[in-house]
Order: sequence, then structure tokens, then C-alpha cells
Amino acid sequence: MIRTLRALAAVALLGLAAVTATAQEPVKGGTLAVVLNPEPPILVSAFNSAAPIGVVSTKVLEGLLTYDFDIHPKPSLAETWKVSPDGKSITFNLRKGVKWHDGREFTSADVQFSAMKVWKEMHPRGRSTFAKLLAVETPSPLVAIFKLAEPSPYLMSALTSYESQILPKHLYDGTDIAQNPYNNKPVGTGPFVFKEWQKGNFVTLERNPAYWDAGKPYLDKLVIRFIPDAAARAAAFETGEVQLGGFSPVPLNDVKRLEATGKFDIETRGYEYLSPMFLMEFNLRNRYLQDKRVRAAIAHAVDRDLIVKTVWFGFGKPAVSPVPSSLTQFHTTDVARYPLDLKKADALLDEAGFKRAGDGKRFKLFLDYLPYGSDYQRTAEYLKQALSKIGIDVEVRSQDTAAFLKRVYTDNDFDLTTNFFYALPDPTIGVQRIYWSKNIKKGVPFSNASGFTNTEMDQLIEVAQVEHDVKKRRAALVRWQQLAAEELPVLDLFETKFFTLASKRVQNHTVSAEGVYSSFAQVWVKK
Amino acid sequence: MPRLLRILAWRLLQAVPIIVGIAVFNFLLLHLAPGDAADVLAGEAGGATPEYIAELRARFGLDQPLPVQLGRYLANVATLDLGWSFRHQKSVTELIATRLPATLLLMLAAVATAFTLGVVAGVTAARFLRRWPDSLISVLALLAYATPIFWVGLMLILLFSVQLGWLPSGGIETVGADLAGLDRIVDIARHMVLPTLTLALFFLALYARLMRASMLEVYGQDFVTTARAKGLTERRVAYRHVLRNALLPMVTMLGLQIGSLLGGSVLVETVFGWPGLGRLAFEAVFQRDHNLLLGILLLSSLLVVIANVVVDLVYARLDPRIEVA
Repeated sequence: MIRTLRALAAVALLGLAAVTATAQEPVKGGTLAVVLNPEPPILVSAFNSAAPIGVVSTKVLEGLLTYDFDIHPKPSLAETWKVSPDGKSITFNLRKGVKWHDGREFTSADVQFSAMKVWKEMHPRGRSTFAKLLAVETPSPLVAIFKLAEPSPYLMSALTSYESQILPKHLYDGTDIAQNPYNNKPVGTGPFVFKEWQKGNFVTLERNPAYWDAGKPYLDKLVIRFIPDAAARAAAFETGEVQLGGFSPVPLNDVKRLEATGKFDIETRGYEYLSPMFLMEFNLRNRYLQDKRVRAAIAHAVDRDLIVKTVWFGFGKPAVSPVPSSLTQFHTTDVARYPLDLKKADALLDEAGFKRAGDGKRFKLFLDYLPYGSDYQRTAEYLKQALSKIGIDVEVRSQDTAAFLKRVYTDNDFDLTTNFFYALPDPTIGVQRIYWSKNIKKGVPFSNASGFTNTEMDQLIEVAQVEHDVKKRRAALVRWQQLAAEELPVLDLFETKFFTLASKRVQNHTVSAEGVYSSFAQVWVKK
Repeated sequence: MPRLLRILAWRLLQAVPIIVGIAVFNFLLLHLAPGDAADVLAGEAGGATPEYIAELRARFGLDQPLPVQLGRYLANVATLDLGWSFRHQKSVTELIATRLPATLLLMLAAVATAFTLGVVAGVTAARFLRRWPDSLISVLALLAYATPIFWVGLMLILLFSVQLGWLPSGGIETVGADLAGLDRIVDIARHMVLPTLTLALFFLALYARLMRASMLEVYGQDFVTTARAKGLTERRVAYRHVLRNALLPMVTMLGLQIGSLLGGSVLVETVFGWPGLGRLAFEAVFQRDHNLLLGILLLSSLLVVIANVVVDLVYARLDPRIEVA
């Protein structure tokens, strides 16, 4: 007995020694080269949520909060916060002694200005996220109180530097915000100071010596390089010219090879805040797709495991419900499922009255895919094959992004699309737009394109918008997912898994759900 | 009026309607593409409200009827104002000015390399007609001409950057190295080697084949026979007599290729992350940044027109029989 204990103690000690050996002290200094594509149009995320902007902008500018992997709020510019019992008031106590990069003091006036004039009026999602925000009171320079017309439970998960960025009031107030020259040379409170942007080439950021988190950032310099060709990006990683890239920076079929060199980390965490979902939308205005049985038949004909494994090299997870599994507080698996079953699919189509003609075909549909790369095209090609097995003749149409958006959202001239949405940390922010009948808006990208209109769904969505009670809200969200699976205006195919590729020398690059949208104050490079 | 001046004046006069025509044609052509800059921006942003998109269109002037937009555009161009790129929040002239040098540097280096090596290869092939140097050069030229540029670029990167580690894989200079003077020139030169070679290979093949054909044609002419009859060495005949005359069509070709100076570099600039004009134009297509794209197209057409005028003049100077058509 004693012997065993002693042995255990020895093992424990050994384990402890191993832990201390691996947890190294961060090394100060050095340059990190990050690769990014496409080049961002501007460098401020406060009113433009384009993905590449976030990668650069979040190093210079900050938000009130940051989040851990489970999307629980952590302090950033706000040190503490309190939601009132009725949910209609949120008090933020701001960090003391924070300075803008031009030396001016950061105060609650900046928060008020950013929330009321920028996020609420100009941000594509902020307009609905902050729709209930009446005013931001500033009783002192270090206190900002959000006053809401109704509780907005999702608001507390929308306060990252990427989603709701604080801009310096003294540089933006009274100007044309969208055309402000500081959008191209941002002034923030963050760990890195903007230095130079050579269009088509790179952005350089330098260490902010006066950063509020004393001792950080560790890096002296951050270089963000724009390399448009995917294979060339892979080569740049191999030569060591770049050491980190987010959002799956190299072709999926290069990953294995790079991994085999033993020089790189392939990290799929850090995208929980975005929680991307790959899906197929049905145009319910189409005479065949109007029929729920046809949609169910298509769902039964698609092998989601095969899409993930073969087309996406395993970088995904077959979807169960419209709310991705990464949103653990809201996700449910208690929904109708459509396993691969060609017989059932055939039967459903026969039942719907669309029998096979002499050539074995029932009817024809067009499939337009979002043209974000060859993987997207191959998914469309797979779907064409899969649906041909149940007698649906699919013609895949290719076009560039602008033409795709116009066709789907302005002209509604499509039958099936494969598309890609961020579910974001709360269904009200990210998923609602696909299902809410009030979001059938012509000309608005990533709105409700299927034309789905359902009274119960609208009610559930509107309950989730204002329900302050966590349990009741979850109940509404669960029913929402069940109804979505029953009605099937959209077929969720798989949860996309982006990866961050980083040289093994780069430490601490993925520390929260924000991933490459984190401030990088914590990142350091081994000598 | 001296003959050359007369040719110049007439050619320039002809160029004016051509350029206006090109501007109108480009404008209408671009507006045939479905979707506009507001769609793209809203799409990239991952969503927007209808008011926001309407605001964008109004700001970009896209809410105006097409003839009004065209009129405004032509009026701007007439005052040498190429307009504003809403995407980059910079004037088109400024954007072009910052990206043009990189493209010119790359293209001039590539054309110079291709021309020199092409002449050498073409002459060698012609001198050793139907012997092994000729066959070798012809086969290599065919290969170089037929191989996709981007593939050549990637293979060069794999060999010289990834495997051997001799040269950088992309960009125009080492970012963040803050080099100055000679060090900077050497740095840029190192970055230029692979893209220049990639681009030159394609033109090289073209020049080599043209030079060979041209040499062979001149070889068949009477004065060559006379030269040989005088007892000149084969070497002297080739370099003193044939080469000089065979160079004429090469000059034409060189002039014509000023046009592809901008367009041809898109692929190379993309593969090598070269911050040039070709990529700017390519990206502008997908971003529906019409002002920018129109500006670049107009500049390219101007260059082509000017190059043609220059070629005409050079020809008229070289061959007095040529008159203004």
C-alpha cells in the first residue's frame, strides 16, 4: 500500500516537473509575420465586419470585453460590469489610465460615441444588435451605462474588439465616419500601434510601450503580409517568411504535407466566436421546393460525412441543427434527423407527385454556390452527383461573389445555393437572419433568401430577442431548432472548421474563442 | 511640314476618338457585370441593412441612371480626373501611381531579359538550322510557350525558395528590414529574380521563334549571297548582315507588347505577391471597383495607342518608303 502511494507520489512529482519544463517564460521581442488574404479594404472593424479587417484591426483597437473559449465575458477596456435585474441597464466600469495611441485619455465618452454613432447606426449587424439601445449614460469618465428599451440578452456576447470596436471620439466626432482618413491609419488603445500600410503588400504594427497591460505585448513588431495565391502562401510558410495565418490560409490538400514537416501547429480552436456553418438554402418560391417532402428527400440524399471527409479533408463536423455545437449554451441534438436514405428519398419524391420520367429524371434545379474557393465548387459538384441518384437533375452555375450576391439576394433567381454563415456567439445575432420572415429583404446579402415565413418561428425568434430568463430563453431556442429541422427551409450541411496555421515557434496564438481576432498582446516567439 | 511631324500629328488626331471610344466601351462593358460595389462591400461585411446599402450606393453615385454616370465619368476624364476609388478611399490616379512603378520594373526587366536571350537563342537556332542546337532551342521554346505561367512560378518558388532557400518566395522587398541605399537595391533585385524569370520565359519563347524565322527569311535574300560571294566568314555574315536586318520585326513585336505590359503581369503578380498594377486591376474586377478598373483600362489603352504611334514613327524613320496610310 505504502509502496503504491510512494510510486504514485513519484509519478506525480515527475508529472509536475514535466509541466514546469514545458510552461516556459515568454520571451520578449522579435517580429511575427502574419499572412492574410484578401487584403482588407480598411483597417477599422467598428462599422465593417469583413473578416480580413478584423485580423489587423483587433491588434490596434479594442472592445469593452473579450471572451474565453466558452464565450464567457472577460475584462478588456471594461474592468467590471453589471446587468440590472430587469435586464434594461448594463453598467460598465472602465479601465483607468488607458490612453489612445496619440496620447489622449480613453473615457466613457468614447464608449458612448462608438455605441450610439458607430455600432448602432453603421455596423451591418450592430444595427440589430443595438436596436434596443436607447442611450449610453456617462456619469463619470470611467463609467458607461447602457440603457435599453427592452432586455437584450445577446448583447453581452457582442462586445469584442471585432464585433463592437471602440473608436476615438476626438478623431471621429463630427466627421464623415465612413470616409475618415483614420480608417486607413487607425489610432487605438490596443497593444500594437499602426505604422505603415503599403497597399497590395503589407501592414506593419509596432509594440505599444504604454499598453495598459504592463509588460505586454511581448512582440516588438507585427507584419501582416498579403499573399493572394494559396500555393504561394504555403511556400511562404515553408521558407519561414511568414509564421502564422488564420482562416485556413493554405489549400486543404497541403495541410498533411506541412504537418509532416513537424514545424507547424494546426489549430482548429479559436473560431468558436464565429461558429461558421456551411448550408444549402432552398428557394421556397420554386414550385418543386415549395413541397416540404422534396426538401426532406434532398436532405436524405446528401451524405454529410462524405462531404466533410472527402471534400473538406475532415475540416468540419456534420451539422445537426442550425445552431452549431460550439454554442454549447443553446445547441440541441433533439431535432428531426435526415440520415442518408435514398429509398426514403425516392419514396418522398414519388409521394410528392414528381415521378421519374423515361430517362430516370424527375425535374431540374439550378445550384449556385458561393465562390469562395475550389472546396466550395467541389461541394457543389458532389451535391449534383448526390441528387442525380434520386432523379433530380442539378445544373451547377459558377459566378463571382458580386454576381452571386446579386442573383441570390436581389433577384432571388436561384433554386438551390450552397452558402456559408457565421452563427456568431448568439443565435439572435447570427442565425436569426436566415429564418426571420422580417428579414426577407431584397438586396441584402446573407438575409433570409429562401423566403421562409412561419408564424411560430417568428414568435420564437422574437421571444429570444427579449427573454431575460436564461431557461425560458433556451427553451425558445431549442424549439426554434426543432421547428427549423421540421420545416427545413435551409439544410445545414456541416460546421466549417477553419484552422490557424502557425510555426511551432509561435506561442500563445490561440487563447480564446476569438482566435486570430484576439489582440496578440499575449503572443511571443521562441528564439 | 516635315514628314515625321505630319505622321505624328495625324496619328495623334486619330488617337483622340479611339480613346474616347475605348472609355465609353469600357464603361458600358463593366456595367454589364451583375452586382455592384455596394453588393460586394455588404457581402464582405457579412450582412447589412437595406438603408446601409442604399447609403453606400448613394455615396458611390450608383443610384444615378447609367447615362448620368457615364456623362459624369467622361466629364471627369476630360479634365484628367480618373475619379475616386470608394473601396480604397483614395483617388484612382494616386492608386495607379503607387502601383505602376512595381509593374513597370517587373515588366521592363522581363522584356529586356526575354529580348536579349530571345535574340541569342533565335540567332543560334538559325545558324545551326536543323542540327541539334536548333532542335533543342525549338523544343525548349515550345515548352516555355505552352507551360502555364503560374505553374512555372510555383515550381521556381518550390525549387529556389523552399528547397534551396536561395531566393525569397514573394513580395518586392524584405518587410520590416528597413534597408537603405545599396542594400535595398540588392534586396529588391533578389526579390525580382523569380518573377522576372517566370514572366520572361513566356516572352522569351516568342522572341526566340520570331528571331529564328526572321533570320531564315533574311538568309534567303540576295545580298546575303553577295556577302558570302565576297568571301566573308559565316560568322560575319550572320552577325553583320543578317542579324541587323532580321531585328526589324522584333522591334515591331517589342512595341506591340507594351500593351501586354500591364495585362500580362496579373498571374505573376498574384503568384509572387508583387504589389503591382495587374493585381490591382484583377482585384478591382471582383470588387466591382469600376472607377479604379476604368482608370487602369484607360491607362493601358493610352499606352497601347502611344506605343503604336512610336512604332509607326520608328518605322517611318527606318524605311523611307512608308507613308501615312
